[in-house]
Amino acid sequence: MDRGTRRSFMKGGALALLALGRPPRFLVRAALAETRPPRPKILIAVFQRGAVDGLSMIVPHGDPDYYAARSSIAIARPAPGSGGGAIDLDGFFGLHPALAPLRPAWDDRRLAVVHACGSPDTTRSHFDAQDYMESGTPGVKSTADGWLARGLAAMPAREPASPFRAVALGPILPRILRGEAGAVAMSSVADFDVKDGGVPMAGAPGARTGFESLYEQGVRDLLYGTGRETFEAVKMLKSAAPQRIAPANGAVYPRGRFGESLRQIAQLIKADVGLEIAFADVGGWDTHAGQGSDRGQLALRLREFAEGLAALDRDLGPRMSDVAVLTMSEFGRTVRENGNRGTDHGHATAMLVLGGAVKGGRVHGRWPGLGREQLFEGRDLAVTTDFRSLFTEIAVRHLGAPAGPLFPGWSAPGGAWPGVLA
Amino acid sequence: MGWMRRVAGVILVGLVGAACSSAPAPRGATAPPPPRAALRLPASPLTPDQQILHVLSRLGYGPRPGDVERVRATGLALYLERQLDPRRIPDPALEAALAAYPVLGLGTAELVRDYPLPPPAVRQRVASGEMSRRELMEMYPAERRPAVVAAQLQAARVTRAVMSERQLEEVMVDFWFNHFNVYAQKGAVRWMVPAYEREAIRPHALGRFRDLVLATARHPAMLFYLDNWVSTRADLVARGGPNAGRRLGLNENYARELLELHTLGVDGGYTQQDVMEVARCFTGWSIDRPQQGGGFVFRPLAHDPGVKRVLGQTIPAGGGQADGERVIDILVRHESTARFVSTKLARRFVGDDPPAALVERAAATFRRSDGDIRAVLAAIVTSPEFWSAEAYRAKIKTPLEVVASAVRALDGRLAPADGGDRGPAGGLALARAVGRLGEPLYEAQPPTGYPDRAEAWVNSGALLGRMNFALDLAHNRLPGVRVDVPAFLAGTDRSHPARVLDRLLAVVLHGEASPRTRAVLAAQLESPEITRITAYDRVAKDTDVEKLAALVLGSPEFQRR
Repeated sequence: MDRGTRRSFMKGGALALLALGRPPRFLVRAALAETRPPRPKILIAVFQRGAVDGLSMIVPHGDPDYYAARSSIAIARPAPGSGGGAIDLDGFFGLHPALAPLRPAWDDRRLAVVHACGSPDTTRSHFDAQDYMESGTPGVKSTADGWLARGLAAMPAREPASPFRAVALGPILPRILRGEAGAVAMSSVADFDVKDGGVPMAGAPGARTGFESLYEQGVRDLLYGTGRETFEAVKMLKSAAPQRIAPANGAVYPRGRFGESLRQIAQLIKADVGLEIAFADVGGWDTHAGQGSDRGQLALRLREFAEGLAALDRDLGPRMSDVAVLTMSEFGRTVRENGNRGTDHGHATAMLVLGGAVKGGRVHGRWPGLGREQLFEGRDLAVTTDFRSLFTEIAVRHLGAPAGPLFPGWSAPGGAWPGVLA
Repeated sequence: MGWMRRVAGVILVGLVGAACSSAPAPRGATAPPPPRAALRLPASPLTPDQQILHVLSRLGYGPRPGDVERVRATGLALYLERQLDPRRIPDPALEAALAAYPVLGLGTAELVRDYPLPPPAVRQRVASGEMSRRELMEMYPAERRPAVVAAQLQAARVTRAVMSERQLEEVMVDFWFNHFNVYAQKGAVRWMVPAYEREAIRPHALGRFRDLVLATARHPAMLFYLDNWVSTRADLVARGGPNAGRRLGLNENYARELLELHTLGVDGGYTQQDVMEVARCFTGWSIDRPQQGGGFVFRPLAHDPGVKRVLGQTIPAGGGQADGERVIDILVRHESTARFVSTKLARRFVGDDPPAALVERAAATFRRSDGDIRAVLAAIVTSPEFWSAEAYRAKIKTPLEVVASAVRALDGRLAPADGGDRGPAGGLALARAVGRLGEPLYEAQPPTGYPDRAEAWVNSGALLGRMNFALDLAHNRLPGVRVDVPAFLAGTDRSHPARVLDRLLAVVLHGEASPRTRAVLAAQLESPEITRITAYDRVAKDTDVEKLAALVLGSPEFQRR
């Protein structure tokens, strides 16, 4: 999209709206904007809902206790040429073989791993743990907003203003982006419009104009405010037409909702709609039974996950220098496999950071070990990196958010962050 | 009628027992006494019709054409009383429509049998390529898959919301299902949900809170969803089966949610120790073969027989299955439970942040009536806060509410059971619409269920979804759902767009359109899309009433109740 067009459109839109009742929230902040470099840094947060087994994703093949605890589901030690084993990363850790699509990014030092990462809260409830990871307040359920929303609200607004600073792919705005900042939730970029369906008439404005007028003016409330933001977003999307941007560099996204989400995030980025935070989630990690090892249930999910991230990386090409992808999951799984060749709810897991500014090719964080006395409550991988310190580093150093509002009442002990960014 | 007397004892003035409207006339008796309402409604700043609209959209899923007139004829207080006693309201049209969804009447074991998951061996053969997907589909056709269970249940829920005469009961089933939420996509829960709603939720929707807690605690759907069925005393070692020799143990999942979400509330004054003690009390509350549709079973060997201490009260050793029931008794009579449940009810019926005084009065009724839900509801609907100007149209409709109320507003018909033809049952399309708007029914994964606050439902994608749903509905693009906007405007001259608009605003928004909305819609009438010159007659104008109706249903006003 031509930047000049967008700028003049947004300015015109902003002035027009400021003349009416309550302007959309993003314009209020834009009015206070300072001049910043044209291209925003972008964070793509990916939530693996259901608690991914970090020990299968990033395999501690150098830890003999790993093999002792998992007789049927362990990923074999790397054995170049024979296949099926872990892909060695540093002589101690290895990628699950289904994560092979991420190998090039590791080799280019654009992919980093933070292992034994997780929450200070000990809950093994998916619901609570996801809630805490999104609200950013482990142990406190009454928090109204999400940490990414707080970060966005505290970041300096950009010029030109955009309704697309934060976008979640899906039908519901996730907790992590709920808050004063305002964020767009959409299931599909192509469907983000009023679908008239009737017989189109030349020059006729259609139902969209009608709906837009209905929400244009009105009382100062959530409904009208959201309505106005929505139509600004619809119009901007119409002229930017991100859905027409095909994947570049031969990138092929995996079929399914996750691949679709990432493909559309890449479209929004390439269409320069002002995206700064994108969110997507992917489920199917709750492998209590029949987890599998190099093949099977978990391997299938990991393959889709890796193919999606690799396609995004390839598709965005040089734009990845502005992007950080951060993956997270509410907790990990038991070190010992259970009686159903699966794993139960555990504690720490592994998180990935992918992008141009990443200090990659390294597994960050202290490895706590898998010996019985080293385990959390005698059964789970202990947390050595509080997820908040990883998230703070990314939000502060990559996005430029102030640390204070992200995780209220908490700061990284000694100001130490994992150091995943170069 | 016991509940009326209890209600009377608590909050009502001037109850005349014999005048209870819905008492059946004795056989052979002459004319029954004219119905007289026992509920006393407070003075309200709302107009009489606004009061009726308020009741129809708070205690139900919004007015159908003619409902306001019907309630006006019955009298508001009498209407409320009847809604509070739903089993006396005949509902034949709904019952006929629900025949389209056979899963509703089946037990869990029958559902497991009739809608099976392909066994692991078969799935393995498909995965390895030994068996083709086509062969699998022949052995396990789509209409016999477990997904059908949830699909029919979802369709039935929307159909009930649209068609039931027992509107308050439907609202309360939705309320309690979310309060005692289970997730239909979690393993064997998929076959248990119809029985759960039918046996644990619906019979108690306006009954006693203790019965609800006990029925959900014992139900396989809840036992499975929150893992209590595998919770055992800490030192139990499995003697046989796939886990032989494995040490089992306590699972706190249900105990935690029972305290936090079902009874006391997160700030209800319990500790982590209480969670563990409650979990110990419920050890052994299990399911007899969940994958085969078995029912509740108490497993004495899994039960922790020791002394427990819950919220300061001692539960002596050796109580067995009764330990769990003791816990429920302690919880439902706890001060925090009265306040927590009353707050949620007041939020549903009055406002997102309900007035503290109202919550206190509702909680007092809860305590004095020993958790009589009908009495608490009666206290809320006879409160000045319920009838206040602040409460009027203060709630944002949930996706289920917006879909059901739109179909009702346009007097939509759900084929085939209702319309008589052989097409798809309209409830399925409506349920998918509710899902697209962000509330796939029975598929709320967290135990909190779906939220009841505006900010959860108002976002850009969802708002566009609501507008698109309005367009689909008005243009009859939802399979099995028929609306006839022109017929519904019978007698209005379509060549006079302003008259069409007035009529639409009157029947859909009941005069509650803001001047701004009216002006915007009037301006739309100038648009060639809305007012088209027909092919038959180059002079007369013909209003696109479907599009106009869609605009009204997608308006900000229609998103409120």
